[in-house]
Amino acid sequence: MTKVLDVQDLSVTFALHESEVRAVNNLNFSLEAGETLAVVGESGSGKSQAFLSIMGLLAKNGSTSGKAMLGDVNLVGMEKSKLDRIRGKDIAMIFQDPMTSLNPSLKVKTQLAEVLVKHRGFDQRQAEKTAVEMLERVGIPEPAKRANAYPHEMSGGMRQRVMIAMALLCQPKILIADEPTTALDVTVQAQMLDLFKTLTDDFGTSLVIITHDLGVVAGVADRMMVMYGGRAVETGNVDELFYDPRHPYTLGLLHSTPHIAKRAERLDPIQGLPPSLEHLPKGCSFNPRCAFCFDRCLEERPPLAPVEPGSTRQKACFYEGPLKYGKVA
Amino acid sequence: MLSYAFRRVLSAIPIALIAVTICFFILRLAPGGPFDGERALPPTVLANLRAHYNLDQPLITQYFLYIGRLLQGDLGPSMVIDGFNVSDLIRIGFPFTLTMALSAFVIATVIGLLAGMIAAVNQNKWPDYILVLAVMLGVVVPNFLMAALLQLWFGVYLGWLPAGGWVTGSIAHLVLPVTVLAWPHAARISRLMRGSMIEVLGTNYVRTARSKGLGERLVLARHAIKPALLPVVSYLGPGLSYLLTGSLAVEQIFGLPGIGKYFVQAALNRDYGIVLGTTILYMFIILALNLIVDLIYAWLDPKVRYR
Repeated sequence: MTKVLDVQDLSVTFALHESEVRAVNNLNFSLEAGETLAVVGESGSGKSQAFLSIMGLLAKNGSTSGKAMLGDVNLVGMEKSKLDRIRGKDIAMIFQDPMTSLNPSLKVKTQLAEVLVKHRGFDQRQAEKTAVEMLERVGIPEPAKRANAYPHEMSGGMRQRVMIAMALLCQPKILIADEPTTALDVTVQAQMLDLFKTLTDDFGTSLVIITHDLGVVAGVADRMMVMYGGRAVETGNVDELFYDPRHPYTLGLLHSTPHIAKRAERLDPIQGLPPSLEHLPKGCSFNPRCAFCFDRCLEERPPLAPVEPGSTRQKACFYEGPLKYGKVA
Repeated sequence: MLSYAFRRVLSAIPIALIAVTICFFILRLAPGGPFDGERALPPTVLANLRAHYNLDQPLITQYFLYIGRLLQGDLGPSMVIDGFNVSDLIRIGFPFTLTMALSAFVIATVIGLLAGMIAAVNQNKWPDYILVLAVMLGVVVPNFLMAALLQLWFGVYLGWLPAGGWVTGSIAHLVLPVTVLAWPHAARISRLMRGSMIEVLGTNYVRTARSKGLGERLVLARHAIKPALLPVVSYLGPGLSYLLTGSLAVEQIFGLPGIGKYFVQAALNRDYGIVLGTTILYMFIILALNLIVDLIYAWLDPKVRYR
């Protein structure tokens, strides 16, 4: 397998008036061609900021260090004018809220066609024609007519389809979808995930889905990376992580998900709150909430390392005993 | 879009009527009348004058007489200057006032929009700070003071420009009055534009546009400016009417031959005819401007057209 994206030691910090927030800390991961990677974590785990930083879309007070190699070019710290030749073409992104992510004052076809004009050098007419074809591909009925519509004339699901069409126009190597289904109805969510799967398979695009919905992960992803406090705490194949989690946080996430086959009782949430990124706890960031925490966790930060020598699964935890949730009081 | 325009025009009619009514009665509330001078007129002369202008009739009759004439396009006579009526005044003074207000409007709008955009893109850097200073001066210093200061510096001390008066066709005579008029207008527009541009630059759709690799220039030109213009456009109509009314005072200060000279005099004399006629003229201009603004709004924001 070839790596399309190799992220090494990526850190994102935001400067505040008196202090700084470290949203992402020394993140390492890679993305294989054609695979689907799910990035999972609760709000504030740095999962969105990590990818916004790769796309050069951080807020003004944010800064990035480390490397994000797309082939042999490093996207981190790249000049905006150079980056603009890559983003939208080789690496594209879809955002959480389709209601506000399209420009309300421009027709849909304008917003689609400009991508092709910019990256493919199409003339306007050619670009609009291709845009309409793409709209048809993402399942928009009467695409020629809808292309002339403004975003407010479309439903949320429809707009998210437009966003998908827009992101895939140049058949990018990588598509990053930041909580693409969170703002949608459950029925539409399922359709949208199917669409992602089909289209990224057709184009050979690697997909990164950033989500906190484990149902989404189970539905589409090959691999997953669990993030906590701006760090990856566990990575591996989806099946392995779901059936045999090795990090207490992954276990907690799985336990706090409702299950259709179980009786509906009170959900079992992870106790406590996510850590403040301004003042991360000493040692393992998860230690205040961890039921398996012992002395070493309070002093040392566990590195992300293979669970067994030679394994592709990685975890960042010192605890080696059996993880059973019954242990939690 | 056409039916939207038609509906907007229709809705302006009752507004115009209400405004005329209010102006008519408020003016009559003010103490004094057109014929009260330092020297009292003989009673018979006064009675004849009052009869001539229908001032002896009940107020409500006068009102309907006035509306009747207005509907025929007659804005009424001056009650102080014999043989002079509002139409004469408009013919003589209005072209000048309009030219001045419009040039101030165009200059101020262009400068204001550009300055606002530059400040927004350079938020909290030195171009932004310079703008804030210029805006403060424009908004805080009243036009009569600004006029006097500029006359003093550029007209008297430096002697670069004439401090007042008018020579037909001379642009130099217009520079100071237009600056005094345009400054506060440019200040307000740039402040609005800066604010809305900063807001738009932080929206999700601008982030989407950036993520497409369009380049900052295209992101600004195509994705940010149009939505950012919305609040500015809604200010342009009232803004131009401020300029037109503001020019009344500025004309007076600089001794320019616009409507202002007559209007200020007429207001002091309680010349009902001129004051009411001019006010109504301005009201129609403001209504028309607001109408135009609404239409531009509908073009900028497609959602408006369906309301």
